[in-house]
Amino acid sequence: MQLDVRMPIGLLFGFLGFVLAVYGLFSDRDIYRVSLGINVNLGWGLAMLIFGVVMFFFGWKSRRAV
Amino acid sequence: MSLTIIDGVIILAYLIFTVSVGAVLKRYTRTSTDFFLAGRAIPAWVCGLAFISANLGAQEVVGMAASGAKYGIATSHFYWIGAIPAMVFVGLFMMPFYYGSRARSVPEYLRLRFDEKTRAVNAISFAIMTVFSSGISMYAMARLLQSLHVLDSPFAYFHVSASYVFDVSVIASAVIVLAYVLLAGLISAIYNEVLQFFLIVAGFVPLVFLGLKNVGGWGGLVERLPRDYTHAWQGLSNAGSNPLGVDWFGLVMGLGFVLSFGYWCTDFLVVQRAMAADSMEAARRTPLIASVPKMFFPFLVILPGLIAIALPNQAAVEGASPRTSAAAAVSPRIGRGIIPAKIDERTGQPELDAQGQPVLDYDLAVPNMLLHYFPPGLLGLGLVALLASFMSGMAGNVTAFNTVWTYDIYQSYIHRGASDAHYLWMGRMATIFGVAFSVLAAYVALRFNNIMDVLQLVFAFVNAPLFATFLLGMFWRRATGHGAFCGLVLGTAGAALHQGFTLPAGAQAGLNGGWLGAVVHHYPSQMAQNFWTAIWAWSVCFLTTIFVSLITRPRKESELVGLVYSLTDRIREKHLVWYKRPVSLGIAVLLMAAILNWVFW
Repeated sequence: MQLDVRMPIGLLFGFLGFVLAVYGLFSDRDIYRVSLGINVNLGWGLAMLIFGVVMFFFGWKSRRAV
Repeated sequence: MSLTIIDGVIILAYLIFTVSVGAVLKRYTRTSTDFFLAGRAIPAWVCGLAFISANLGAQEVVGMAASGAKYGIATSHFYWIGAIPAMVFVGLFMMPFYYGSRARSVPEYLRLRFDEKTRAVNAISFAIMTVFSSGISMYAMARLLQSLHVLDSPFAYFHVSASYVFDVSVIASAVIVLAYVLLAGLISAIYNEVLQFFLIVAGFVPLVFLGLKNVGGWGGLVERLPRDYTHAWQGLSNAGSNPLGVDWFGLVMGLGFVLSFGYWCTDFLVVQRAMAADSMEAARRTPLIASVPKMFFPFLVILPGLIAIALPNQAAVEGASPRTSAAAAVSPRIGRGIIPAKIDERTGQPELDAQGQPVLDYDLAVPNMLLHYFPPGLLGLGLVALLASFMSGMAGNVTAFNTVWTYDIYQSYIHRGASDAHYLWMGRMATIFGVAFSVLAAYVALRFNNIMDVLQLVFAFVNAPLFATFLLGMFWRRATGHGAFCGLVLGTAGAALHQGFTLPAGAQAGLNGGWLGAVVHHYPSQMAQNFWTAIWAWSVCFLTTIFVSLITRPRKESELVGLVYSLTDRIREKHLVWYKRPVSLGIAVLLMAAILNWVFW
């Protein structure tokens, strides 16, 4: 198989994580009243970004090995 | 509650991405084997996640939380009893025949093992069923988006009336699924399913985290709920003393044996994912790998239901969180936790049950939880998780349909011996009219709710006896084609008769049963009746198949090599490291499931 599934997963999670984290940095604190005062966009966005980068990295590595 | 731009960006990014995956994969799809079986070249872990994701449709994500809110942690029986053992069984014992016989579909295995008529019954009923299930999935998604009113303001922005939300949702989801399946077939469906699996997890983990934190962790949840909500097995000695209204025997035999083995071991929708694996070991590992996330899914999909019911009623905390009540279609002022009462569409008043209590709309548990806890941004991700679950269920049905239609109906009865390119073309056509029929089914569901209920009942009758046929086919060489066919027909009839002569307590005769005039037996709950209907159907099919097989001529044993257990060489797996061997994986999975049952006893 030519395309490793981890690459598209990495791309999408990286993008969504990045968007969420940036939005979390600049958004008004007031919107986090619903989420118990936690800036979930920043935290979860970073987690998704890291997951995406790791997935993409492993997908990329296996592609170059072939 | 309306979506903000950030939510829109996230949802659009997801939708564009799914179709792009299909577009990128298109160049790998050249033959019909590529299109229908992904070239049999997918690694085990990818097949495993697709296996679980294809099953993770709307019914799972929305329905299991609803059931969690209604029955409590006992809902996990649908996982720990109603899925794990069957998934281990299909991987260890049945995959060698599905994969090893080189059958291209489950009905085709029946053709190889039994005869043409047995295959025809299975292929035709399965094809109809998949089209309707994907229609129901579409309908459920569109209704949900409509009732959440999340799309109302974007629609208003483009000067479109909100009354079109249903139509646009149905058409848009159909077009997107059609696009990515049409482009590259099963491989594109599988890649998207893996993606959808991770998105569903990504959307639900923060929900459970915030919910649990809010109620004070698992301990806090236990304190807020009645005792039987947080124990899965206590009270099951007697049908009257647990919220499911089922006794342990009905549960273990009906759900744990007949229904669950019937689904996981014979439904081509899931088995197709394992057939796409790149080797026999990978095919056998597929359901085993899938069973690990399946085992832990109750914590993602059932817990939100429990939390939703445990939260203080929103009338009391109106000021603290004005969003939920304004957001949900139905104000949860009447209801429990953040789950509102069902509203009668004609009168606008809450629906009441026989005792005069409002009927709760449990299906809104997850959507209301998302609106309750997620700020803009994460809310978009939560909706993507919901969309992903609906789409994976739909695409699963569509890919199973186009394969069964092309190989088992078109190639077998309509046009034999055509070129591979012709069947590839037919597969693409089947995808188009399969999706078109699903859209039609979604509208039938909207207009005539009863027709859908009748159909689902009929499907239940047809499915219930299936596992007996496969069990005898794979493990008893004497079973014959006539036997299998008679078993299936009489088993289905047995299910219908049993349902027609019994009734759940407190129900009216009709769709709930008792439509044959006399009611012979009353069950404590509808779930108990369903389980026992399955047990009856299975037993009738099992006995009929044995009886008819014994009085009909057996097939030559040389023809059954590779199709029946006793005539097939044992698979050697000594060359694999122990943790990659299917048997050791299977034992580990069963042990983990036993531990979970014990923890939540």
